[in-house]
Amino acid sequence: MNSQFRGVLKQIVVLLAALVGALLIGAVFLLLAKSDPIKAYGVMFAGPVSDKFGLTETLVRAVPLLLVGLGIVISFRSGIINIGAEGQILAGAIGAAYVGNSFPDMPAILLLPLVFMAGAMSGAVWGGIAGWLKARLAVNEILSTVMLNQIALQLYLFLIRGPLIDPQEVSYGTGVPQTALIPEQIWLSRLIPGTRLHSGLIFALVVAVLVYVFLWRTSTGYRMRAVGAGPEAARYAGINVQWYLVLAMALAGGMAGLAGVVEVTGVHHRALEGISAGYGFSGIVAALFGRLHPLGTIPASILFGALLLGADMMQRAVNIPAAMVMVIQGLVVLFVVSSDYFLKNPSSVANLKVKLFGKKVNGEGGK
Amino acid sequence: MVEKIQNLEMSGITKRFPGVLSNNNVNIHIVAGEVLAILGENGAGKTTLMNILYGLYQPEAGTISVNGKSVRINSPSEAIQLGIGMVHQHFMLVPTLTVCENVILGLSKTFLVDLKTATKRIKEIMDRYGLAINPEAYVWQLSVGEQQRVEIVKALYRGANLLILDEPTAVLTPQEAKELILLLKNMSAQGNSIILISHKLHEVMAVSDRVTVLRDGEVCADVNTQDTSQEALAKLMVGRDMAPCKRDGKFSPGKPVLELQDVFAKGDMGTNALAGVSLSIREGEILGIAGVSGNGQKELAEVIAGLRKVSKGKLVLNGKESTKMSPAKIIEQGLGYIPEDRLHVGTIPSFSIWENLILKDHNKPPFAKRSLLQNRVIMSHGLSLVEKYGIKTPNLETPTGRLSGGNIQRVILAREITRSPVALVAAYPTRGVDIGATEYLHSKLLEARSNGIGVLLISEDLEELTSICDRIAVLYEGQIMKVMPVEETDERILGLLMAGIVEEASI
Repeated sequence: MNSQFRGVLKQIVVLLAALVGALLIGAVFLLLAKSDPIKAYGVMFAGPVSDKFGLTETLVRAVPLLLVGLGIVISFRSGIINIGAEGQILAGAIGAAYVGNSFPDMPAILLLPLVFMAGAMSGAVWGGIAGWLKARLAVNEILSTVMLNQIALQLYLFLIRGPLIDPQEVSYGTGVPQTALIPEQIWLSRLIPGTRLHSGLIFALVVAVLVYVFLWRTSTGYRMRAVGAGPEAARYAGINVQWYLVLAMALAGGMAGLAGVVEVTGVHHRALEGISAGYGFSGIVAALFGRLHPLGTIPASILFGALLLGADMMQRAVNIPAAMVMVIQGLVVLFVVSSDYFLKNPSSVANLKVKLFGKKVNGEGGK
Repeated sequence: MVEKIQNLEMSGITKRFPGVLSNNNVNIHIVAGEVLAILGENGAGKTTLMNILYGLYQPEAGTISVNGKSVRINSPSEAIQLGIGMVHQHFMLVPTLTVCENVILGLSKTFLVDLKTATKRIKEIMDRYGLAINPEAYVWQLSVGEQQRVEIVKALYRGANLLILDEPTAVLTPQEAKELILLLKNMSAQGNSIILISHKLHEVMAVSDRVTVLRDGEVCADVNTQDTSQEALAKLMVGRDMAPCKRDGKFSPGKPVLELQDVFAKGDMGTNALAGVSLSIREGEILGIAGVSGNGQKELAEVIAGLRKVSKGKLVLNGKESTKMSPAKIIEQGLGYIPEDRLHVGTIPSFSIWENLILKDHNKPPFAKRSLLQNRVIMSHGLSLVEKYGIKTPNLETPTGRLSGGNIQRVILAREITRSPVALVAAYPTRGVDIGATEYLHSKLLEARSNGIGVLLISEDLEELTSICDRIAVLYEGQIMKVMPVEETDERILGLLMAGIVEEASI
């Protein structure tokens, strides 16, 4: 028990060190962009935690990150790398908006589940395509999911500009690409009045626990982890590896689709341009930062929700280009993924200590 | 040029891995011209000790001194500079390069490679020790034994005069092993020092001058080879008396449980790896498959388990045709299978022991009810198997990949046997496993036999085959050369058949 605790503690320390490393390099870029890194980071870290607005907006961003991240956990644990969450979010969002607007008079108790199902299914189909391509035709899933993102984006834009555009936009002649507002009865309730924090947060937390139970306590979850951790052994044990690859991608797509649904029903109340705001990619980072564990992804999503919000605030406060935010995010990904090396090779940390602090550790061993 | 190693000493070496004390205050020494055997079971710390000497690991305590001077070896390249060379169990050669190119790989500091001079030097080394390999041959064309000699030349070319060999005969045929022993003797006679890691007692007796025995990370004996015996060494190594397994004479096989009729199957290269194999394994017998590996053994096992397609022919398992069954169906039909690659096929290395113990039954009661895993049942099942099969592990949560080879094999054996199959395929179950575990595996296979299971044992170890099998079939180039009752075989006949020579063998 104690060693388990120490293991978790070590993971946290290594990950935080990775974060600090990324921010230090980011500071160099900020200096190059002629802005004050201390002030910038000050805003970035203090902003999200300093008031009710910051805290709730952090959580608003954490919800889609968590849902996407949970899908990433499922797919990565099953040995398939899903870069397609961005497209799957859009599929979920458009599915939810379309079904929601198709039955404006249906009571919420029927329509809300229907909308959630529609969004999840749309995402699942979009993800499942990549899974099927991998399982049947051995198409690299990284390539196919990235390409499917492009297709999803263009299809989505076509739909919200054309067939599904808000009739009001047409009649006013403004033509803003967005669907009509979904019926008010399926707007997710606001948890704190006056803020955008909605009940999707509770939904996402419940899903996180369910994903944990699914992966570690059910035989299907066991099979999916077996396929991911040892495909040859899984085949040897009679597990249909191909089928579980498709299932993993469909579930991952479904989770990302739910993120789209939550954005539609909880935040925007319609499908509009730029609805995803990069959650499909940031969700991958959150999942990795959460050590590909459903429960670890919860704090990681909140952390990255705060980082996203903080970066937004920093951008406004110290007037740096929006691209800088992407740079810092990219650095965080690189550092987190690299930090894996230290977690996987126990001796590497000791070696690093020797390198950094010289003889201290050595002398101890020499006696 | 490097100073020759006249004597080398490792003293007080201690190395700890999480949860394991791999080396505890270990002392060894060796002088020029000596062959030192380091003997010990898997997990005794032999390989760790040698990896420390070769600079791959750093000890937590202890010193290494060469010719009386204390040295620090931080990396293999520093070890090579001191004149220490290592031949790993798994060769580090590039198959698509020639022998000569492999030998000089990484050495050339100039832009252009001077192959001519290198070839000349390689020939000199080979002549000196009687190593016959063509330096211009491609490595993929060479046999395993020849590849090993390339590794030895590689070390010598780099100026090694102390050679570490990690389980060098594990991959060789009996004939090749004999040649290697002669080579090692020749090399030590010319003043080189050799450290041989092994758990094969007869080799240790045949080649070494001195034996250091490790047990549980500590030196438990350091004796001159001529003052000891195989029995004494076995006892030191295992820490108790050994009783080698032999099948009892009684042999009353029942009905066939697994039949192959004229089976053809393609190998990974697309050629026929199995070309018309017919076999019948009956209840309560052990049928051995002898042969040099690479003659269709892997494909034979995979075809039976449904992991490889049959291109022609028929398989019957437990009375039902299984030619086109899925692996899952075949498991259900009663096949147990101990695969050759125990770490990546037989188990999932990152999964815990309890997870691997239910690999084939995770969706069946009592381990799963309405698709929910029943952790309490699974854990008590796991605990009882760990105890019953003597799996050495800190706890059930330990990732299986962290166990030693012999213990991983026990995990697989425990799982496969408790499923009570009607037929059991065991592919090289004792390869690289120490004698204690080998003895145990043999006793378990014999127990399976007396419980009426039909066992197909694929092995390269003739001693193993002749001591526990009822019948032996020899596989050569995808065909069964002959199936014989064990009483009618001897090492000579089997050796000839393994080389594909039928006529002489039948005399």
